Amino acid sequence: MTRPPAEHVHWLFATGVLLLGLFLLAEAIVGTEAWRRRPWRPYLWPSFAFLLGTLMWLVMVSFTSSTIHMLAHSAWAQALMLAGAAELGLVRGKLHSPLWRLATPFAFFVSGAAFLVHEQNPWFFQRSAFLHHLMGWTLVLGTSVVIARALRPGRAAANAGFAILFIALAVMLYSDRDTAPVFGHLDPLAGEPRR
Amino acid sequence: MSTQPIVQTLQRREPARTAARRALLVSLLGPLTALAGVVWAVVQPYRITLLHPAGETFWWLLVQPPLLVVAAGAAFHLLVGRPLARDVEELS
Repeated sequence: MTRPPAEHVHWLFATGVLLLGLFLLAEAIVGTEAWRRRPWRPYLWPSFAFLLGTLMWLVMVSFTSSTIHMLAHSAWAQALMLAGAAELGLVRGKLHSPLWRLATPFAFFVSGAAFLVHEQNPWFFQRSAFLHHLMGWTLVLGTSVVIARALRPGRAAANAGFAILFIALAVMLYSDRDTAPVFGHLDPLAGEPRR
Repeated sequence: MSTQPIVQTLQRREPARTAARRALLVSLLGPLTALAGVVWAVVQPYRITLLHPAGETFWWLLVQPPLLVVAAGAAFHLLVGRPLARDVEELS
């Protein structure tokens, strides 16, 4: 089997992020007590985030055409692994300091900054450039929701907002194409569009 | 006649109703996600290359967003949504 095209890798990660969002939304709907009824369930989203971070390293070493992309992929890998590991430690009771709750907002902010820094083209250069800017700002601004969740863990609105952020990010990742217009704009330097 | 027993009965029923609503909501998450994938496939049928294969490789045949969304919705429903809805009902 050949290496997948870049857009397919985005779609596969979109599926992982969508599942993360669904886990979190389900937890926000039913509440912590019901969610923790099965002993494995509290570990579901943190371990899944950690797994996505591990898989991101594969992307980092497989797509080496640009240094800045490699650095961005390694930043996302580390951010996902840090957030997953910190939440696993909190759920398990191994981490006691409430400051560990800030690991996920930190990971969100770093991921957003990596999106914004590594995208060299303007918003309407092509679709992927637009989506990189959009995802970057969603993550950076969404950090406030994640901080609210970290400070008030039981608050349903913050938990639901956190879940919806993941679902929105999944939709953005699914919309990605290697070369495609965005709202009718496609810079001639971007190349030939694909349907 | 005192209204106290009626109030108590209503108060007892309220958590059960809330739990039933939550169970319904959570059991709808997966099917609604899968439905979104089906709608996407209808809106952009050219994404489903499986229906008219023309020498595409594995990635272009099977790793297409509408199929992935349907798969994610189905997996979530079977592995998380349905058992969780049962737990919510049992808890109430």
